[in-house]
Amino acid sequence: MVALTFLLLHVAPGDPVRRLLGPDAAPGLIAAQRQALGLDRPLPVQFAAWGAAFVRGDWGRSIATGEPVRTMIGRAWPRTVELAGLSLLLSYLIGIGVGAVQAARSRSALDTGLSVTTVTLFAMPSYWLGLMLVMVFAYGLRWLPAFGASGLDADFLPPGARLLDALRHLALPLVTLTLIGIAGTARFVRAAMLDVRGEPFITVAAAKGIPGHRVLLHHVLRNALVPVVTLLGLSLPALFSGAVFVEAIFAWPGVGRVLVEAVQSRDYPVVMAATAVSAILVVAGNFLAEWLAAATDPRLRQRAAP
Amino acid sequence: MATRDRRLLAGGLLLGVVVLLALAAPLVTSISPETTRDVVATRFLQPWSTDLHGVFHLLGTDRLGRDVWARLLYGARLSLGVGALAVLISSLLGVGIGALAGASRGAVRTTLLGFTDFALALPRVVLLLLLAALWQPSAVLVVIVLGITGWMSVARLVFGEARNIVARPFVDSARALGSSRLRILLAHILPNVLTPALVAASLGFGNAIMLEAGLSFLGVGVQPPASSWGTMIASGRDTLVNAPWVALAPGVALVLVVVASTLLGDALQDAWDPRRG
Repeated sequence: MVALTFLLLHVAPGDPVRRLLGPDAAPGLIAAQRQALGLDRPLPVQFAAWGAAFVRGDWGRSIATGEPVRTMIGRAWPRTVELAGLSLLLSYLIGIGVGAVQAARSRSALDTGLSVTTVTLFAMPSYWLGLMLVMVFAYGLRWLPAFGASGLDADFLPPGARLLDALRHLALPLVTLTLIGIAGTARFVRAAMLDVRGEPFITVAAAKGIPGHRVLLHHVLRNALVPVVTLLGLSLPALFSGAVFVEAIFAWPGVGRVLVEAVQSRDYPVVMAATAVSAILVVAGNFLAEWLAAATDPRLRQRAAP
Repeated sequence: MATRDRRLLAGGLLLGVVVLLALAAPLVTSISPETTRDVVATRFLQPWSTDLHGVFHLLGTDRLGRDVWARLLYGARLSLGVGALAVLISSLLGVGIGALAGASRGAVRTTLLGFTDFALALPRVVLLLLLAALWQPSAVLVVIVLGITGWMSVARLVFGEARNIVARPFVDSARALGSSRLRILLAHILPNVLTPALVAASLGFGNAIMLEAGLSFLGVGVQPPASSWGTMIASGRDTLVNAPWVALAPGVALVLVVVASTLLGDALQDAWDPRRG
């Protein structure tokens, strides 16, 4: 992923030095600046140098602002984890609930209504849903702030008020990302539960006289959770993609926004680091999901153990 | 069964109407999407109003006095066109890679599957942003970028089906009769994997349109003066307070199209694999 990014960045037209110095810069000046930034060396050498420096923790400086990239990313990544992690948690908790209710009452008016809602929400682009929420809650009702992660006066507030301020800023981005997440999860849970309900052991459980709601909770839902937890890992790239848009809309100071801004200004070191960090976040999430899957399904644990 | 048919009908009908409206744009509205006359007098007119030139604006006008309904119709051509072409590219790639992986074995299959999984694990938007921002942004670039980042789900579905087909007796008989590997791939496997490819394509279509709008929204997709639904949403972003209809209209259109393609995809999936749904 990182090597791919590196290659793409360098074959693409558009020169950061030219952008930095302006179109009228003298050729000699451009060459000198290129040399200073190490952009005149062969690509594999540049990449090896970058990789070694990245591992050492030296991520270079932003070409656009001169700030160390590590500081920028170090500031940004907890924000993304906060937003995406909370959203993931809420999406799954509420989504599993909604999906389970739908499966329990399948083909009822409630199920149809919820299906229409989830399909519609799932079809909404995150940036558009975000804008609509801003329109209603920030501009219309004036309940919540439209952008940023904290108010201008946040540093001067007492701790309680500062927490409230942070939560108010978190509300809209979180709701945007979570509504779409709930829709996706609920659709999947409903399908998974209906799949399990057709299995013979459910008929056996019902035939043994176990009450319906017990069968649903202990037999159907528990078994349906295995594919749902597997989905968790697969849905991480999509979650991160959603977060990129949401961060851009709400000016949420996370990795996504850093990436969008760096791409727009061709800030190589920042793009490289932001891409690498997002890949690391996704891979780490995948490991977490696999571990969770093993925790829910003993069969997977046994397969991994010997 | 009844539900399945209803979803197929609703999705197909909705998509059909939108495509028809886009194709027949000059017949549906007499206003050109680029017409701007007296900007100050005709801008931000509310939906269902008539300007001082006596022109009726069904969905109002934007900040340059352009008719939102006309822009929506002409924008649909670009949005739907980009989505369709992108899905065509990703379907071709996906069917090719999936069928090849299903028909081959050993190192070739492992490599192809590994590559697919690797591509599937990348956050697509990060890749899209990179690609789209690096070259000069344009509609053609968006088609290519969406095409080469969307084939993985097609490939996985096609691979699953192809693997099942290879194990069937009729493939053995074909091999026994002396058919070459290429012939088995083209004549026996390809026709049988078209259904899953269609399912993935109809789900991918909605996704592609949504992403096109997203890229255009961030300014790295379709460039003005050409306009797609994404650039329309972006231009409505600054006027959410005094003219919400500018962002509302293309968004609603987008949601309708994506819902339609999701319904269509779900219905096709259930028809193909009746165990689900």
